[in-house]
Amino acid sequence: MKTINLTECTVRDLNQALHDQTVECTEREWEVLEPKGQHNIACGLDQNISVDIKGPTGYFCAGMNKKAHITIHGNAGQGVAENMMSGSVRVKGNASQAAGATAHGGLLVIEGDAGARCGISMKGVDIVVKGSVGHMSCFMGQAGSLVVCGDAGDALGDSLYETHIYVKGEVKSLGADCIAKEMRDEHIEELSELLNRAGVDEDVTAFKRYGTARQLYNFKVDNTSAY
Amino acid sequence: MSDDIKVKPGLRESATFDRNTMTEIRRAAETGIYDIRGFGAKRKLPHFDDLLFLGASMSRYPLEGYREKCNTSVTLGTRYAKKPIVLDIPVTIAGMSFGALSANAKEALGRGASLMGTSTTTGDGGMTPEERGQSTKLVYQYLPSRYGMNPDDLRKADAIEVVLGQGAKPGGGGMLLGQKITDRVAKMRTLPMGVDQRSACRHPDWTGPDDLAIKIQELREITDWQVPIYIKVGATRTYYDVKLAVKAGADVIVVDGMQGGTAATQEVFIEHVGIPTLAAIPQAVRALQEMGMHRKVQLIVSGGIRNGADVAKCMALGADAVAIGTAALVALGCNHPKYEEEFQKIGSAAGFYDDYHEGKDPAGISTQDPELMKRLDPVAAGRHLANYLNVLTLEAQTLARACGKNDLRNLEPEDLVALTVESAAMANVPLAGTSWIPGKGF
Repeated sequence: MKTINLTECTVRDLNQALHDQTVECTEREWEVLEPKGQHNIACGLDQNISVDIKGPTGYFCAGMNKKAHITIHGNAGQGVAENMMSGSVRVKGNASQAAGATAHGGLLVIEGDAGARCGISMKGVDIVVKGSVGHMSCFMGQAGSLVVCGDAGDALGDSLYETHIYVKGEVKSLGADCIAKEMRDEHIEELSELLNRAGVDEDVTAFKRYGTARQLYNFKVDNTSAY
Repeated sequence: MSDDIKVKPGLRESATFDRNTMTEIRRAAETGIYDIRGFGAKRKLPHFDDLLFLGASMSRYPLEGYREKCNTSVTLGTRYAKKPIVLDIPVTIAGMSFGALSANAKEALGRGASLMGTSTTTGDGGMTPEERGQSTKLVYQYLPSRYGMNPDDLRKADAIEVVLGQGAKPGGGGMLLGQKITDRVAKMRTLPMGVDQRSACRHPDWTGPDDLAIKIQELREITDWQVPIYIKVGATRTYYDVKLAVKAGADVIVVDGMQGGTAATQEVFIEHVGIPTLAAIPQAVRALQEMGMHRKVQLIVSGGIRNGADVAKCMALGADAVAIGTAALVALGCNHPKYEEEFQKIGSAAGFYDDYHEGKDPAGISTQDPELMKRLDPVAAGRHLANYLNVLTLEAQTLARACGKNDLRNLEPEDLVALTVESAAMANVPLAGTSWIPGKGF
C-alpha cells in the first residue's frame, strides 16, 4: 500500500500520482492521510485501484471517477463523485449537497445523510444513502437509481426523467411530475440488488417507489403552472 | 412585414401595433403558447456598422496593403495552461451542439476551422467522433446539463469552455424539442427518444463564483493543468461578470452579445434579455484592465460578427479574438436561396428561416432528418467555411494595415469613431468629427 500524507504534499501531487496509474499501474492500494477538507482530492481517476481517504474532504472529491474504488473515512463536501462514470465511492460520514451530481455510472454509497440535490441530474449512477437526503434530490434525474433509507426533503424527483427512486422513510413533498408508483417484483429485485451491492441491510418491503409521471416530457400549454 | 404589400394611400399603420405585432398577438391568442425560434436578436441594435475606422494619413503611417506583414495569430490560455491554444486567425467557431445541428454540419465546421488553423467548439450533448476527428483544435463545452459529459472527452479537448450563459438567452437554459431527439441524440444525452429536452440554466454542483473557482480547479486537476479553461457568459452585467470570471481563475473569457444565435429559445427571451455586443466589449476590457489582466486573460467576443470589419472593430475595442456561429452556418449554406421553394412549403422564406427547433431545415444543417442531412456535403461546406474565414481575415488585415498596424491586436479604440451618439456612448469612442465621448466631456 502506498500512503500519501497531504500535510507533506499537495493535492496536485497526489492527483498526478493517481493519474499516472492510468499509464502504468504500479500500486493498487492507496491511502491518503490528513486530507483536512481540501478540495478536488482523487478526482479524474481512471484505473482499477482503491483509495482510502482518512478524514473529511472538500468539494468534488472523487469527481468524474472511472474504475477506481474510493472510500472517504469522514464527511464529504459538495459534489462528491460528481459525474462519476464507473467504479465506486463510499462516504463513511455525511455528504454535502449535489452528491453524485450528473454521474453516469458506478455506485455511490453514503453511510450518513446527504444534503440538498443529492443525485441532481443523475445519468445512470446508482446511489444508496443510509440516512436521509435534502430537498430537490434527484432533480431532473435521467437514469440510474436513488435509494434513501431515511427520509427525503421537499420536491423529491422534480422534473424527473427515468431515474428509479426508492425511499423507506417520509417524503416531505414530491416535485413536479414525480409520483408514487407500485412496487412490483422487478423493483423489489432491483432494490435488493442495490442494497446488497451497497452492503446495507434493510427490509425491502418497507420501501416505496417513486418515478416519473411522464406528463412533462412534451411541452403542453395546460402544464405551464407545473414548470 | 414585407414592403411589397401594397397599402392604400391614407391608411396609417400603427408604429406600436404594427402588422408583425398584431400577427404575434393573434398567434398567441390561437395557440396559448409563446413563440419559440432559433437565430439571434432580429431587432435593430447599435452595432459595429455604427463605428468607422480612421485610416492613416498625415498623422498616422499606413502599412502597404498587400506586402507588409500583418500578424493574425493569437495564443489563448497563457495564464495557467501548460498547453495554450494557438490560433492562426483570431476568428473561432462558437459552440453549437450536435443535436441542434446535424453530424454533417458539425463535421463541416471542424473541417473549415481546421483548414484555417482555428478552433471549433462542441455544444450541449457532448463531443462526436466526426467533430473531434475533423477539428485540429477543439474546445469542449462544459455546460449545466452535462449531457454526454465524460472525462475521456474532457481529456481529448484542446481547451475547456465552462458555459454560464449565452447572449441569446442569458439566464436561460437550452431547449431541444422532441422532433430532434433521434436515437443517436437520445443515447448521447441519456434521454428517452422524442422528449422535449430542457437543459438546465444553472450548473448542478456549484452556485456562485467562489464555487466556480473550485470547479475550475477540479477541471484543471482532471486534465493535469494541460489545457486552457474558458468561461463563457452572456452579455448582461459584463463588467462585474468578467471581474468575477478572472477571480474564479479563467484563462480566457468569452462574452456573447445579444445578437448571438441559439438553436431554440423563446422569442421574448431572444429580443428582450441581454445587451448588444458593442456595449459589452468596453465593459469587459475595462474590467480586465482594472485588474491588470488585459491580454493576460484573453477575451473572445461573439454575437453578430459578419465581416472583417466587425472582426477588426472587436479587436480595436480590445478583444483578442472573435467567435462566429450564425455567420458560420450561413457560410455552410443556412438559409440559402436555392431552397426557396422548400422554405415556402414550411411557412418560411430563404433569409428568414429561424425555426431550427423544428428539425425541418431544407439546407440539412439544423436537422436530424437523415434525408435532409444528406444535402450537406461536409467537405464542400467545410471548404466554403474556410473561404469565408479567409475573407474575414483578409478584410480585417486590410483595415489594420490602413491604420498602420502590423498585428490585428495592435488595433485600438483610438482608431475608431462612432456614427451615432448611442454607439459612441456604448463603445466609448468619440462621435465622428468630434472629440466627444458621451459621458466623458470634450
